[in-house]
Amino acid sequence: MQVKEYKPLIVAFCCNWCSYAGADLAGNNRLNYPADVKIIRVPCSCRVNPTFVLRAFQRGADGVILCGCHPGDCHYTSGNYYTRRRMALLFSMLDYLGIERERTRVEWVSAAEGAKFAATMNDFAEKVAALGENKRLEDLRCKK
Amino acid sequence: MQRIGVFVCWCGTNIAGTVDVVAVAEALKKEPGVVFSANYQYMCSQAGQDLIKAAVKEHNLTGIVVCSCSPRMHEATFRKTAAAAGLNPYMVEIANIREQCSWVHKDVPTGTEKAIILGKAAVAKVNLNVPLTPGESPVTKRALVIGGGIAGIQTALDIADAGFEVDIVEKKPTIGGKMAQLDKTFPTLDCAACILTPKMVDVAQNEKIRIFSYSEVTEVKGFVGNFDVTIKKKARYVKEELCTGCGACTEKCPMKKVPNDFNLNMDTKRAIYIPFAQAVPKVATIDADYCNMLKNGKCGVCSKVCAAGAIDYTQKDEFISEKYGAIVVATGFNPISMDKFDEFAYNQSKDVITSLEFERLTNAAGPTAGKLLRPSDGKHPEKIVFVQCVGSRCDACNEKGKEYCSKICCMYTAKHAMLTRDKYPDTDVTVFYIDVRTPGKNFDEFYRRAVEEYGVHYIKGMVGKVIPDGEKLIVQASDLIAGKQLKIDADLVVLAAAIEPDKSARPLATMLTASMDTNDFFTEAHPKLRPVESPTAGVFLSGACQGPKDIPETVAQAGAAASKVIGLLAKDKLTGNPCVAQSNEMMCNGCSTCERVCPYGAITYEDKEFRMPDRSTLIRRVASVNPAVCQGCGCCTVACPSGAMDLKGFASEQIIAEVDAICK
Repeated sequence: MQVKEYKPLIVAFCCNWCSYAGADLAGNNRLNYPADVKIIRVPCSCRVNPTFVLRAFQRGADGVILCGCHPGDCHYTSGNYYTRRRMALLFSMLDYLGIERERTRVEWVSAAEGAKFAATMNDFAEKVAALGENKRLEDLRCKK
Repeated sequence: MQRIGVFVCWCGTNIAGTVDVVAVAEALKKEPGVVFSANYQYMCSQAGQDLIKAAVKEHNLTGIVVCSCSPRMHEATFRKTAAAAGLNPYMVEIANIREQCSWVHKDVPTGTEKAIILGKAAVAKVNLNVPLTPGESPVTKRALVIGGGIAGIQTALDIADAGFEVDIVEKKPTIGGKMAQLDKTFPTLDCAACILTPKMVDVAQNEKIRIFSYSEVTEVKGFVGNFDVTIKKKARYVKEELCTGCGACTEKCPMKKVPNDFNLNMDTKRAIYIPFAQAVPKVATIDADYCNMLKNGKCGVCSKVCAAGAIDYTQKDEFISEKYGAIVVATGFNPISMDKFDEFAYNQSKDVITSLEFERLTNAAGPTAGKLLRPSDGKHPEKIVFVQCVGSRCDACNEKGKEYCSKICCMYTAKHAMLTRDKYPDTDVTVFYIDVRTPGKNFDEFYRRAVEEYGVHYIKGMVGKVIPDGEKLIVQASDLIAGKQLKIDADLVVLAAAIEPDKSARPLATMLTASMDTNDFFTEAHPKLRPVESPTAGVFLSGACQGPKDIPETVAQAGAAASKVIGLLAKDKLTGNPCVAQSNEMMCNGCSTCERVCPYGAITYEDKEFRMPDRSTLIRRVASVNPAVCQGCGCCTVACPSGAMDLKGFASEQIIAEVDAICK
């Protein structure tokens, strides 16, 4: 039997003003990171509703990462502070549900930090891959 | 149901090199809603855009997905294309398969697979897109320039020339900035004051320009076209409107031992002072840290000698609120502190100075009236050593200095060396360098003149240590070309200190929500195509606050920033961002949660009449969003407990559709 190589599925929500641009910069500088990372653009990290994170896990994502502006540098003044608090609560709830802490992360990446973006994604993807598949929240009704 | 067209761009080989564009176009054709798909070499070219327009007409498309470069690059282009084809511009979504796919992944199968998934997410989103119409907001036709150096001065003059009002906020008592401290300027060697001070006078005399000197910006609210700014006018204890700048007070003030920061503390000034003779505004300022009257109520000489009656010891900081349409940041630079560079004995010996101090020593208006004398004993130095790259181009791990090249030091050191040899031909001048960098018009010719005509000794190698030895300084250095260690004595050592952004820039960036790089230089909206704009709309960058620059570059950038500001202020109305929050009144329960999290105060509550099924009416409190004030962060959408709030263009349904498409 042929064993298919395990590839984690990672959803990254990126703030349009900083980390999305940071990801573009990583691209400009040709800094590699795993193709398992798929980016969704949001206007601000505070646009990410906890239900989006839950939805991703329900649909079989193995890891979810949110990237926003550094504290104090939010394009909308204070959005990333809300993100920080909301996700702290959500991640501790997910932890309670048995979703390992390493599968979720909030990271601050500015538009100038292409190298940090790539390094963050490499590190995150490696940690998620080490945990293996995530089945705990997967909703089989979603799988057609 | 939407009728979606998918357009996959090759971007030459940028995308097509690692992504099988034909396969992507074919795969996306099978997605729900997609009725047409195509691939083309350069979708952003005129031919590519024509292809999109033709497809919209031929296939009656209602939505467009472009798989291409980052939306930060060409989203606006393709939105215009859609509008030209008669579609609502907000029916376009971009799948970023260049920066976030082909450029970061190496093999074709991986790249193709990811590009298809990103395309699917974009298709899923477009399926739920609705046409959006942006609102309009008025433009306050006045600009604010923060910083009154040559960058700020040039920007203000150019904006005022176009007929718009400009305010300059300068934290020092006079405008002029660093250029006012310089002696001569490379590569033409014309005197800095001769070209700067007429411009300062122009600023003072221009009816459209107001100068807030000795002032700081303390608060910025609002958005492009409508900024509300609070300016703190620091108390200078002199009534600006009465002071004639005669200088009688500065002569009579008994407090003579105040360090003169304009001369980099190489001499002293009085407690009441005018920084230099050509200061604009020419108004005296009292240094509250040294004034006897302000400290212990004993003195009052300046008020007795002031014929105009301008002295006011009770003056308080004043706060001014003003509205602006555009803000230009021109906060400039400073040489870094030499405190951490013990090896050069800067703090041990008075005869180790920085280049800016050297500049004051050779300036006719400086502490030595332009005579090059050693700060320690006032003797003429016979041997001078210049050290380049002090704190510039340091290792990342070396926390003392900066990683970047400060850009101006090679040229001003060549200037200093040349001027010294010109004025005092008997002086021996040696320059230690890593590389000599002279990219600029007539720059290399200038440097070669210093070496060939003026006989300046250039030695490739770094100085390791400067040791004070009696009246002399012993310089230990390596000569990389001869491959030996040198030990030479010198009378004066001049350090070309790295330059860094002014310390006021970081808090200002936070106020403006403008982004900065890791060195605290402001970042531009696009490094090549939008070099004078900040990513924050309505905020522009001028001069060295964006990166090390010499005077010609600074003036060029100042003019460019001004033209961008003029373009903005010339508009009567600005088209806003239609991606704003919207409340569903039927679901809103009037709890005020969204109002509390909104950073812009865009949400208010109103009582609305609702018709009940039994035909009675009910008055309920519901949220309403002011689309002109809302900036579209979406914070309220997550805070809303009843799910009534949503963000146009980034609706919850749309983001969930993207998540689903990615996780399928």
